[in-house]
Amino acid sequence: MSRVRVLVGTRKGAFVLESDGKRERWDVSGPYFGGWEIYHLKGSPADPDRLYASQCSGWFGQLIQRSSDGGKTWEPVGNQFTYVGVPGTHQWYDGTPHPWEFKRVWHLEPSLTDPDVVLAGIEDAALFRSTDGGATWQELAGLRGHGSGPAWTPGAGGMCLHTIIQDPHNPNRIFIAISAAGAFRTADGGKSWQPINRGLRSQHIPDPTAEVGHCVHRIAMHPTRPNVLFMQKHWDVMRSDDSGDSWEEVSGNLPTDFGFPIDVHAHEPETVYVIPIKSDSEHYPPDAKLRVYRSRSGGNEWEPLTKGLPQRDCYVNVLRDAMATDSLDACGVYFGTTGGQVYASADAGDSWNAIVRDLPPVLSVEVQTLA
Amino acid sequence: MIRIVLPYHLRTLARVDGEVAVAVEGPITQRSVLDALEAGYPMLRGTIREHVTLRRRPFVRFFACEQDLSHEPADALLPDAVAKGAEPFLVVGATAGG
Repeated sequence: MSRVRVLVGTRKGAFVLESDGKRERWDVSGPYFGGWEIYHLKGSPADPDRLYASQCSGWFGQLIQRSSDGGKTWEPVGNQFTYVGVPGTHQWYDGTPHPWEFKRVWHLEPSLTDPDVVLAGIEDAALFRSTDGGATWQELAGLRGHGSGPAWTPGAGGMCLHTIIQDPHNPNRIFIAISAAGAFRTADGGKSWQPINRGLRSQHIPDPTAEVGHCVHRIAMHPTRPNVLFMQKHWDVMRSDDSGDSWEEVSGNLPTDFGFPIDVHAHEPETVYVIPIKSDSEHYPPDAKLRVYRSRSGGNEWEPLTKGLPQRDCYVNVLRDAMATDSLDACGVYFGTTGGQVYASADAGDSWNAIVRDLPPVLSVEVQTLA
Repeated sequence: MIRIVLPYHLRTLARVDGEVAVAVEGPITQRSVLDALEAGYPMLRGTIREHVTLRRRPFVRFFACEQDLSHEPADALLPDAVAKGAEPFLVVGATAGG
């Protein structure tokens, strides 16, 4: 029988939540790396027992942990992320030049085919790759060297590269997103990159339609349709049908189009999930009601999903890497909150239950569907 | 042997209980002690000193013999009591927050 393993990164450690395919009863293990910030952990699609975790601390810096047994045991691997050449400057919050400095790893994206290959998105924004299971890391410097780097600015959470999407049909094509630079695409395995932000409008930059500078919060893609991308921007939910060459707004009837995560149903490429947040000034759900919104039409028409979610006095946030879907039938949807709850739906969002309610603030949620 | 006391999170990372003892050849300095520590416990690389520059991380402090040695040159000799193993070299996570 199928099983699911939910990997949860929090402000104070990592947790692993496991259930059978019914997704009714859960075993909770952890905290792993207690007391450390775990920005992200993710399993290899090529070997589900191979996991990678980003562990960091304001005191002791960045570590990368690797598991080869599905998270039961871990070993620290390489933690040296050195930019190629002299990193130069990006824009600071006030528009002045600011030196590029490594701060932390936000996102780890294992290769679709090789468990020893993994990409890392870091702050200050850059993309690194390891081909030896995390022992050593090399920057794919063509991204930071694209030429627009001096115009990139940090978002409120820092200048982070938080989204990495690999095209399952073309190993040379990768999409990434940076707050606040925007989305970029490579067609040559990371040697060269182009910004893909046409159609985005952002009022926080002098030219709202500039080529770069947009605060993209998250991008999602269904693996069967790599040319269709969905984006939750700082404000606006967007869609591209041409691999990011152009974007159109699909916020439609959402109560607010600010938010962080976005994800796609495992079996229905036009079914998309977002979690609206009131505004960039008030990071909690509108009307104090925690609602996931689902569109079955690829955007514009959205329905609120509320069954099992708090519908009063709720002031949590859901961060950009904190929603994921499994590939069971029916599709499971999961998200974690800054209040420490991890909610799961085993019926594609129709109803929800909290797997756990009192974890530290949740930074990331990933799901593995296991045979 | 040089005795080193690590903060909780680094003891956990290095999988050690209590003090760590390392053999150091030549002058006993912050640099030589930390080099020996990182050679014996490579998972600590980058957690006390930055990679490449080997500068002390900003929220880490070095104490010994009731002195704050955080701002001493890396190649300055440590107190005799540390060199003789009578006193430990303390790696401390700076107090931050309430």
